[in-house]
Amino acid sequence: MVLMKMKFPFQKRVKLAQGLWLLSWCATVAGAITFTLGCILKTELRRRGEVMDNTDIHIVPNTLMIVGLASLGINYFAGKIGQDALDAGKFPRWKSLLKPYFAISSFFTVLMLLAVIMSYAMKGSLESSLKVGLRNGIRFYKDTDTPGRCFQKQNIDRLQMEFQCCGNNDFRDWFEVQWISNRYLDFSTKEVKDRIKSNVDGRYLVDGVPFSCCNPSSPRPCIQYHLMNNSAHYNYDYQTEELNIFIRGCREALVNYYMGLMNTIGAGVLSVFLLQASVLVSLRFLQTAMEALAGNENTEIETEGYLLEKGLKETIMEYLDPVLRFLLLKNQVQEGEGPDNTVNI
Amino acid sequence: MCIVPVHTESAEAVRLAQGLWLLSWLAVMCGAFVFSLGVYLKIELLRRAEVMENTEIHVVPNILLLVGLASMGTNWMASRVCQDSMDMSRFPRWKVLLLAWFAVAALLCCLLVAVVVLSYALQGRLEESLKIGLRNGIRFYKDTDVPGRCFQKETIDRLQIEFRCCGNNNYKDWFEVQWVSNRYLDLTSKDVKDRIRSNVDGRFLLDGVPFSCCNPASPRPCLQYQLTDNHAHFNYEYQTEELNLYARGCRQALTDYYMGLMNSTGPGVLSVILIQISVIVSLRYLQTAVEGAMALENPEDESVGYLLEKGLKETFEELKAKVLDMVKLAQVDPTTSEVSPEAQEAEKGDNATKTPSPPPAS
Repeated sequence: MVLMKMKFPFQKRVKLAQGLWLLSWCATVAGAITFTLGCILKTELRRRGEVMDNTDIHIVPNTLMIVGLASLGINYFAGKIGQDALDAGKFPRWKSLLKPYFAISSFFTVLMLLAVIMSYAMKGSLESSLKVGLRNGIRFYKDTDTPGRCFQKQNIDRLQMEFQCCGNNDFRDWFEVQWISNRYLDFSTKEVKDRIKSNVDGRYLVDGVPFSCCNPSSPRPCIQYHLMNNSAHYNYDYQTEELNIFIRGCREALVNYYMGLMNTIGAGVLSVFLLQASVLVSLRFLQTAMEALAGNENTEIETEGYLLEKGLKETIMEYLDPVLRFLLLKNQVQEGEGPDNTVNI
Repeated sequence: MCIVPVHTESAEAVRLAQGLWLLSWLAVMCGAFVFSLGVYLKIELLRRAEVMENTEIHVVPNILLLVGLASMGTNWMASRVCQDSMDMSRFPRWKVLLLAWFAVAALLCCLLVAVVVLSYALQGRLEESLKIGLRNGIRFYKDTDVPGRCFQKETIDRLQIEFRCCGNNNYKDWFEVQWVSNRYLDLTSKDVKDRIRSNVDGRFLLDGVPFSCCNPASPRPCLQYQLTDNHAHFNYEYQTEELNLYARGCRQALTDYYMGLMNSTGPGVLSVILIQISVIVSLRYLQTAVEGAMALENPEDESVGYLLEKGLKETFEELKAKVLDMVKLAQVDPTTSEVSPEAQEAEKGDNATKTPSPPPAS
């Protein structure tokens, strides 16, 4: 059961080889582009690494970089093999390499597809990582004198200004933590003492947000403190006020940003995947067409090319057998049992 | 490379033509580079056009755009001339244009030098323009309900955040204007009434700044209001407090930014000038060599190329005389009969003094 048999007259073989050479160079450039895209994504993820709790999401750019580098090698060899294919003298030296070559290149091509799928699948992991990271950032906002946490304030401020967001889910997250350091609180005043006594942990909680939550598009000067108190400000109603501070939460803003980036990169990588797959398919057809020619003196006859000699399932088993034998020692055990059985009978 | 193989001269002339062809294409790329520099600079200036009062500084990117386009065309023509220089039949049609080409190319080099000089010379004008523009922006900050000025607040806020600056010269500029709109002032409260009465114009002035002046690098939450009152905030002394607000003024910040931008383009423009000059010199040598070869009987003989036929001073005198001749002829033409014998004698005299130029020495 041969998969996708096609007839190849001489002219068609020549054109296939030429097309393969051109395609392999395009695919090499595409591989370099994939590597660059992986680097860009990695850089962007590292820039905001401080508000992420874990680095699980980094597997996407890492895979892209590996696949990009591998595809440079794969397509370079595809070009060389394509060049040598029409020359009956040079082609045989590639024969022994072709089976492992196809195995490795199929593996990396499938890995490319997996990277794109992962970028969608890992959205939930990214969100939970950001949730924990931002919660810590907000909690340690006031600790500008604690080594290791002294830059949290600056990071969170710049993040909120750049992504135009406030808090984790929304601005109310700031009401639940003490974000003003004790160094700047006058403990002798009544107001401070009341607030500290008003909750179990003795924290100074305010219904206010840092200045980085302020929205420049607001028509009025920014109201940061006493946000829930309508009478504290003239002509102010917190239920209808929309433009004063940023409404969006930073987690949502960052997830949207990274998903947008990964969608764009994913679209590019999908087209690179299609290009790579077409290179491999053309090379396979060229190889089988040239092999059918073997031993024939007349190189201009028509030959048949195919994708797979046996069916898909049998081919996969054929490739996996040596791997399984190496890993599981499966066949060695079976060989050992055979002779014993026959003796007992 | 030069594809025309007909009637080659000495090997050196051929190499010169090939080298010049490459050089002129490099010069075309440089022209494109200069053009894109001009586009980039123009876009950056237009982005902040709202805080600039006049557009005098735009002369720098405008010249860059013009020179970039002109030099792409000029150097493309140089490559065509070089391609045809190897072919005796096609070269003569360029002869007429070459003088004009040299004039245009020299003008382009002068313009590029002028751009470099202008980018330093116009710094004062840029500062003046920014000073007035920012002053207006700060004055109209509160007018978010006045058509035509309603975006000043957002513009100034985003500018102060992006360039990390506050006010025109420094943050105290905000103390002198009313930047809180009357719509948000409770005119019945005592504090507001006191402040309004405290000055002649009846403005609500305070020693406070907008939130966009706040510095994220400060270790304490931002203090925006009552900045000169040490008792209003715990553990605060305004004379020693450095990190709370941005210390730099926006005029300084913007001037530094634009000067930095124009300075960094300086070396690029200077190397473009050098490349253009080398194209001019090489083309002159090629032109004189080919013309000399065309004058010789045997095209395989060596011909000599030169920059100027006579010395620099004599060439200049000759050019001046030619120009004056053209002017004189234009003036003399209406009164032909009486003046003509004298004019002919004068011309003869001129021809006698101008001894025929020695043929190019082989």
